[in-house]
Amino acid sequence: MPAPIRLRELIRTIRTARTQAEEREMIQKECAAIRSSFREEDNTYRCRNVAKLLYMHMLGYPAHFGQLECLKLIASQKFTDKRIGYLGAMLLLDERQDVHLLMTNCIKNDLNHSTQYVQGLALCTLGCMGSSEMCRDLAGEVEKLLKTSNSYLRKKAALCAVHVIRKVPELMEMFLPATKNLLNEKNHGVLHTSVVLLTEMCERSPDMLAHFRKVRKLSSSQLVPQLVRILKNLIMSGYSPEHDVSGISDPFLQVRILRLLRILGRNDDDSSEAMNDILAQVATNTETSKNVGNAILYETVLTIMDIKSESGLRVLAINILGRFLLNNDKNIRYVALTSLLKTVQTDHNAVQRHRSTIVDCLKDLDVSIKRRAMELSFALVNGNNVRGMMKELLYFLDSCEPEFKADCASGIFLAAEKYAPSKRWHIDTIMRVLTTAGSYVRDDAVPNLIQLITNSVEMHAYTVQRLYKAILGDYSQQPLVQVASWCIGEYGDLLVSGQCEEEEPIQVTEDEVLDILESILISNMSASVTRGYALTAIMKLSTRFTCTVNRIKKVVSIYGSSIDVELQQRAVEYNALFKKYDHMRPALLERMPVMEKVTTNGPTEIVQTNGETEPAVLETKPPPPGLQPASQANDLLDLLGGSDITTVIPTAPTSKPASAGGELLDLLGDLNLTGSPVSAPAPQIAQPPFLLDGLSSQPLFNDIAAGIPSITAYSKNGLKIDFNFERSNTNPSVTVITIQASNSTELDMTDFVFQAAVPKTFQLQLLSPSSSVIPAFNSGTITQVIKVLNPQKQQLRMRIKLTYNHKGSAMQDLAEVNNFPPQSWQ
Amino acid sequence: MIKFFLMVNKQGQTRLSRYYEHVEINKRTMLEAEVIKNCLSRSKDQCSFIEYKDFKLVYRQYAALFVVVGINETENEMAVYELIHNFVEVLDKYFSRVSELDVSFSVSEMHL
Repeated sequence: MPAPIRLRELIRTIRTARTQAEEREMIQKECAAIRSSFREEDNTYRCRNVAKLLYMHMLGYPAHFGQLECLKLIASQKFTDKRIGYLGAMLLLDERQDVHLLMTNCIKNDLNHSTQYVQGLALCTLGCMGSSEMCRDLAGEVEKLLKTSNSYLRKKAALCAVHVIRKVPELMEMFLPATKNLLNEKNHGVLHTSVVLLTEMCERSPDMLAHFRKVRKLSSSQLVPQLVRILKNLIMSGYSPEHDVSGISDPFLQVRILRLLRILGRNDDDSSEAMNDILAQVATNTETSKNVGNAILYETVLTIMDIKSESGLRVLAINILGRFLLNNDKNIRYVALTSLLKTVQTDHNAVQRHRSTIVDCLKDLDVSIKRRAMELSFALVNGNNVRGMMKELLYFLDSCEPEFKADCASGIFLAAEKYAPSKRWHIDTIMRVLTTAGSYVRDDAVPNLIQLITNSVEMHAYTVQRLYKAILGDYSQQPLVQVASWCIGEYGDLLVSGQCEEEEPIQVTEDEVLDILESILISNMSASVTRGYALTAIMKLSTRFTCTVNRIKKVVSIYGSSIDVELQQRAVEYNALFKKYDHMRPALLERMPVMEKVTTNGPTEIVQTNGETEPAVLETKPPPPGLQPASQANDLLDLLGGSDITTVIPTAPTSKPASAGGELLDLLGDLNLTGSPVSAPAPQIAQPPFLLDGLSSQPLFNDIAAGIPSITAYSKNGLKIDFNFERSNTNPSVTVITIQASNSTELDMTDFVFQAAVPKTFQLQLLSPSSSVIPAFNSGTITQVIKVLNPQKQQLRMRIKLTYNHKGSAMQDLAEVNNFPPQSWQ
Repeated sequence: MIKFFLMVNKQGQTRLSRYYEHVEINKRTMLEAEVIKNCLSRSKDQCSFIEYKDFKLVYRQYAALFVVVGINETENEMAVYELIHNFVEVLDKYFSRVSELDVSFSVSEMHL
């Protein structure tokens, strides 16, 4: 068998391959040769073969058959063999393969080898791919090496220790004594790696952090002053050729030290004080002409922002960032924008000063910079600058890439909602967004807009006129068309009558309006949701318009046989309205009431998507034949069953329309996240809507020691719920129930949600729970307060529904509670 | 934390790859191809940091070779940028005026 070719030959041959297929062929041939060579157990050429195998692995071809060979190489005595063997182990093996455990003994022997290079190799490999078993076995050796005086080995041992700690956190204490002397070294390599080790320890365990921060009076090895001293030396010392990078000594070490100082100084006044001087010094003395200097300044700024620094220092930091922004280099500007974004929460005013520069960055060509500038601009919008900022942002929306448009549009909506100076401006802005980026607007924006429009009563005529003009030209943008058709349906009479204060009134006839709506219905570009909107709008116009009712009837009856089920259902129901229930038609189709203002804050939005505000309209009719209103994800109706209906007490009295559908809408609109959102310790998970009411943090009625016996309302599968009662002194028909949920199984229950419903004569108010996790073994409970108003002093009954995650599966249960003690409701 | 370190040329051929986190072998080629596509589409005056999936790429071009490092948020981007340059300078010293051929042919030295 001829000697296998050398690695270089192989690379050369592969480079001559002109197509992917040729390359694959060559590699297959070579792999076959290597495999047969391995089978022959040829020692001399093994390392060459493995080297070739590694190259092929890098190109992306499978090379797992070489793993055992790597092990054999490691076991050999020759250094070159060991080198390739360890390299192969690092690249090909990881803890998923069982083979790697065989390496443990080899590594152990090599860690005690006489040659430092072999020891170094072993340390590298262990630090790269050691599994937790290997780490546990070999940690003692690593620790011993950490204490040697050989700096080459010490630095490798430190990095290996980092890996060990990452894999097996419990071993951290073992390395603690060794770290005491690490920072006394002169060798920068050792310093660097030991700082990395300390950083890792501090990040992983708060105990370690506290330990390092402590000022030990007797010993002189306090960590923060030591670091400060090292940093000072680095800056002050003159030119040192081995560590110099464009005029600054060892910037990598400086950056690492700064990062460690940041971790030590976070939330700790003493450490922060000790660091103030050195940070100021670094900030002022570092040269900014080269990238290196800027890198150090960037890290310094991040550190200053994070620790409890004094205000002068913070101002210095923001000024540095401002200078970065004006720099021509893109990298620096990007970095400045990123850090400004982080600081804008805390130092809002300072960042405002740079607003104009930031807005200029919106026009930059670079995608990353544009994205950062956009996010930062949204964070900077406030009541004073909203008009100017909006102009810039709208211009940006026009010209930016599609991937930004959705985010930009939602951002503009949010900002407009919070800071709109006038309703007309708000509506104008929204219309502008709809027309420019209509198809990228998110679905849930449509109901929000509709609600906004209903709220601004005096603007109805103006709004509907503008919307009409907008869709006259182009009706391809779905959200725009949806909003427009809804408005035309509602306010069509205003449109036709031609009265409008704000703008020149246009003359529109009823036929023209119907034309437009019909073309929307027919057009291929309309989604089925949009068609639903259009059909309903046409229907509503039958009461608003006077002379075209027949035409409307005709249109509606055509769609009674449409293929689209939703459209067909609607058309059939509307037909029924014309025929059998004609007397009810005007009442049913009159104007929608003003909707409750809902502030959508993050995940707690409740408005259903896809124009399902329409079901609210449908529900105002008497129950349509056989079809229940489509209530998506409405556990409420499940809970309520047939006859019991809960009315949840709204925190602010609203005018409730009498129909059941109106109640539903009200329920949804009831989420008055008044002012301060609840900063409950529980995370705001997506709870079903009606639990989020009553967020006024009223104090519990603790005024009576009632002595009412508590009951166990539910006990099943290890979950127990107790009810404790209290009657209020001030209002004798209110009972306050405090529920306590406890878990006697051995696993926690997470995402626990408690819902309750009471009969019609009662009113129920549910406050937020203390948390959503019930720890196991009865070690903790969730408490939640329920207030029940019982004006007629009837027997209290309650139906409860529990949902939670337990043992990895979602559980759900319904139960009735009937065993309320008489004192709780009499 | 550095996730990976790549040296890829303009045609998309990988000259050096070092992964510090486990990535499936077939995904690696895909990753490399996508990464190089992202880097190639940027012009000279755009900044060297790209946001890609859930981490950042820091890249630097030397003649026909791109050095790309994938990092997560805890790293200082500019320090990594300097690191790349430092690495290239070291190679330069080792090979005395390094070129792409040197990189392709001395895989084992590169790794160590």
